[in-house]
Amino acid sequence: MGLLSLAIWTPVFFGLFLLTLGREDQARKVRWIALISAVVSLLVTLPLYEGFKLGTSAMQFVEKSPWIERFNVHYYIGVDGISLWFVLLTAFINVVVIIASWEAITTRVNQYMAAFLILSGLMIGVFSALDGLLFYVFFEATLIPMYLIIGIWGGPNKIYAAFKFFLYTLLGSLLMLVALIFLYNKSGGSFDILAWHKLPLTGTVQTLLFFAFFAAFAVKVPMWPVHTWLPDVHVEAPTGGSAVLAAIMLKLGAYGFLRFSMPIAPDAAREWAWLMIALSLIAVIYVGLVALVQQDMKKLVAYSSVAHMGFVTLGFFIFNDLGVSGGIVQMIAHGFVSAAMFLCIGVLYDRVHSREIASYGGVVNTMPRFSAFALLFAMANCGLPATAGFVGEWMVILGAMKTNFWIGAAAATALISGAAYTLWMFKRVYLGPVANENVKKLTDINSREFLMLTMLAIAVLYMGIYPKPFTDVMNTSVADLLTHVAASKLNQVKN
Amino acid sequence: MTQTLSASTLLIVPLAPLVGAMVAGILGTSFGGNWVGRRLSHTITILGVLVAFIVSAMTLESVAMDGARFNETLYTWMTVGDLKMEVGFLVDGLTAMMMCVVTFVSLMVHIYTVGYMKEDEGYNRFFAYISLFTFSMLMLVMSNNMLQLFFGWEAVGLASYLLIGFWFNKPTAIFANMKAFLVNRVGDFGFILGIALLVAYAGTLNYGEAFAKAGDLAKLTLPGTNWMLVTVICICLFIGAMGKSAQFPLHVWLPDSMEGPTPISALIHAATMVTAGIFMVARMSPLFELSDAALSFVMVIGAITALFMGFLGVIQNDIKRVVAYSTLSQLGYMTVALGASAYSVAVFHLMTHAFFKALLFLAAGSVIIGMHHNQDIRWMGGVRKYMPITWITSLLGSLALIGTPLFAGFYSKDSIIEVVGESHLPGSGFAYFAVMASVFITAFYSFRLYFLVFHGKERFDKNPDGHHDSYGDHSHREKPHESPWVVTIPLILLAIPSVVIGFITIEPLLFGEFFKDAILVNLEKHPAMEELSKMFHGPAQMALHGLTSMPFWLALSGVVAAYYMYIVNPALPTAIQRMFKPVYTLLENKYYLDWFNENVLARGARGLGTALWKNGDQKLIDGTLVNGSWKLIGWVSSTVRQLQSGYIYHYAFGMIIGVFVLMTYFVWLNR
Repeated sequence: MGLLSLAIWTPVFFGLFLLTLGREDQARKVRWIALISAVVSLLVTLPLYEGFKLGTSAMQFVEKSPWIERFNVHYYIGVDGISLWFVLLTAFINVVVIIASWEAITTRVNQYMAAFLILSGLMIGVFSALDGLLFYVFFEATLIPMYLIIGIWGGPNKIYAAFKFFLYTLLGSLLMLVALIFLYNKSGGSFDILAWHKLPLTGTVQTLLFFAFFAAFAVKVPMWPVHTWLPDVHVEAPTGGSAVLAAIMLKLGAYGFLRFSMPIAPDAAREWAWLMIALSLIAVIYVGLVALVQQDMKKLVAYSSVAHMGFVTLGFFIFNDLGVSGGIVQMIAHGFVSAAMFLCIGVLYDRVHSREIASYGGVVNTMPRFSAFALLFAMANCGLPATAGFVGEWMVILGAMKTNFWIGAAAATALISGAAYTLWMFKRVYLGPVANENVKKLTDINSREFLMLTMLAIAVLYMGIYPKPFTDVMNTSVADLLTHVAASKLNQVKN
Repeated sequence: MTQTLSASTLLIVPLAPLVGAMVAGILGTSFGGNWVGRRLSHTITILGVLVAFIVSAMTLESVAMDGARFNETLYTWMTVGDLKMEVGFLVDGLTAMMMCVVTFVSLMVHIYTVGYMKEDEGYNRFFAYISLFTFSMLMLVMSNNMLQLFFGWEAVGLASYLLIGFWFNKPTAIFANMKAFLVNRVGDFGFILGIALLVAYAGTLNYGEAFAKAGDLAKLTLPGTNWMLVTVICICLFIGAMGKSAQFPLHVWLPDSMEGPTPISALIHAATMVTAGIFMVARMSPLFELSDAALSFVMVIGAITALFMGFLGVIQNDIKRVVAYSTLSQLGYMTVALGASAYSVAVFHLMTHAFFKALLFLAAGSVIIGMHHNQDIRWMGGVRKYMPITWITSLLGSLALIGTPLFAGFYSKDSIIEVVGESHLPGSGFAYFAVMASVFITAFYSFRLYFLVFHGKERFDKNPDGHHDSYGDHSHREKPHESPWVVTIPLILLAIPSVVIGFITIEPLLFGEFFKDAILVNLEKHPAMEELSKMFHGPAQMALHGLTSMPFWLALSGVVAAYYMYIVNPALPTAIQRMFKPVYTLLENKYYLDWFNENVLARGARGLGTALWKNGDQKLIDGTLVNGSWKLIGWVSSTVRQLQSGYIYHYAFGMIIGVFVLMTYFVWLNR
């Protein structure tokens, strides 16, 4: 078994093992096993970074063996500069989330922990799959644990949210399945994604494929106007679910654009770039305004996620190195920052059992340590330099400016709206005199919470101060992707 | 002394305050378990800034004496394609001077804080914040590229946010800090566009490399428009400066920032951070020189700020707000000088202003301590008897501010007035009038403040609402007392440069070689500086000439008017106020800009957000499209369900129809 397989299957294996344990009676033991498994799963991904060769856009750590020979389906995995960081990010966030759920989850602990471990393995699978069908299986399989996490451990309206999540995203991906089968036939019976990249296709076919993939990925990102599932789902999901959803699951969609839409249908991608840019800018501006007026902290952060993901898709479809790398960097950064934002809300929710901004006020008086973390993450959320949140936005704005002044200007309004909704929430929740009895009774974070917030704080600051390791990995792959997308497929088609 | 500058020595300058900030902020607060006490916190942070100051002074010496220069990259932040984003230092005259001003004022403020904040619970946190600010400001001025400039720019904004909201239980303070951050973000919006344009067309973030390409940029226009690219870049960059340096109409945050403790008003909101915009424009002089339109814009904005903010200073009763409006007005002066291509004069005024305005703020703080946290100048008076050091230093500061010959402010302000008079850009006529009129206004409000506080009858026992302080200290009936030595020593140390620094430095800074390679002026197009240097015959001569010039008499009449209205005939101001009621109301409401921002912009954004959320997201997308589609599916299936009736003859009938249709198709139509 290769290193990459180890990264995928270690958490899945541990997850399955946890399922065999008892439900409540062994909760303590289960938590420790889950934590150890998550840490081990993270450790097995580290050699991938160590052994990753810079300067090539070829797939690395490739494993290929037949899976369903009748349909020429392979277990074919590998990572390049675009996907490598997401493997590590997924494993990292998994550890944080297991720590975050330590006390909050008291029912069916083993199943909860198992769901997260399995989910993390499956998501790594999505990021490393090089076979179309394998990708689809992983992509859809991630829905199951997340559906259960929301539906079992969620809030009062969890069933509605779980269904909305499942149906919304499933409907989108059915069109992707059609596209995959079409490509299978078109390529003469192969599910090899890399071969599909080179497949000559006519303009119409490309457009159809582009929109089929768009249906799957835009819902997942989510792009405006198919974003309305995200706030509803976040509100009902347990803290850990929200964190993983925002930090990793949204990235599956954005990643799909890079792996499928852009290289397989480059001419359509260029032709429809205006639409993608327009939708991204609407996400940045419109959703930024909507975030401003939210009363529920989780909804606010959910809307802010949509706005931040708007930067990702904007970066991709301006087709320059700053934009695409910036989009990827923004994905990683948003992984850290949004997870941290949701965990902060979770810390408060565990104590007061309210997500309403109006239920708080003056938290800094009773939770000074926690408020220091909250401030750091709030600043990262509004893109302050030296935090992760800045890097991607900066790159995308710079990249957008190369394309067009007005696109850059529209994107840069996020500087204002991001600060407005984040700091206004921060003011109302954390600053001011103690607002009520609940806030007065708050106790500051314990060492477990301190640990998980510290992990994210280090990640956020490290990425803000020294993002070079992140961009170095992706430079060659991004450059290669851009060359590929710039070359038209139309003249290769034999009519 | 050091002949050459090395990266490792220069690194000490920003890092020493950073270490102090981390020790005091992490170990000295409840965050890290209060390991470090008050004494250790202030010792470490003061030492950090002291070290930074000493190294800065040594750097200044080698820059000025030996002509040493430094321009190197420290580390690569990231590379994308062929664009390198780096962190590095550029040290030349401009940087070295800024480093000394920042570290010196910061050092004074650190020492002063020991006395000013001694009763405050957040003592260590305060030291952490001001040291963090010092670090950020140093990163800003020492940068050799736009990335690090933006980094420092935002980091000083963060420090300002933290410090304005330092008393986080005070509702006005936490409103003011959010307002400051957001208004600054509006400026940053322009700033980042300017930087991005520069990157897009010059392909580099490095100052030197970008300036080298400035000539090529001057030939371009912004695609899709016929605007000169350089003009767009410069105006975008200047919008950033308008936010940070509080220029009209983005000045609204600065008066409110007075909600923060007084030491930071001196350090951040008078001496250093607010001058970052001035510094930045001076640094970008090779770009601004290429666009007369941008320079005109800069000059007019500066003139508006200088004049109209001065008016507001006249009617304020809060001691800090008077000084704050004075700061706005003086920043306007600097901006006017930038617009007149007299970058070195602007920076010169920046430096003299840093000393005397920090002095005035710290003196105001000293008065506030002496008055047991009363800030209303209507309830002061006669304080000179009780606080002699504060009195004398305040007088010196005020004299410097109004431009009394021989004092620091005279040299810089008079030069600005002269140079604007020589400028021929559109708008320079208005700017000249504005800076001239502001001389009178500055003198008037400065001495109104001075007379009301230090002279006249003692009124501090008549204060009707004498308990609006945050300390619960009810001893207002007590006489004021002079502040402790940690407060007065910084006052004295700042008073010295406020008096002499202009006399000493005007010649090398304005007419010498000091800024030679930092500031670039196209003398053929903008000859104002050359005219100025022709008129200059030594600082003593200039002071002598100043006595017979217009500004001096304007200033003098301002002082006399203030004396008459507030000492001789104290009933007059109220009478005037009544006579010009509409004007007074306009001024009292600060030209209704705050009203506009809160009711139109902020409320408008919230209203738009709510409308988009309720109508767009909830009704249109969720209500119609998402839930509409499941309703459609539900309707279709409930209709189709009717077919499954369970009666065999229904199915048989359906089968017959089906067979008939298929047969028709195959037999007749598909032949």
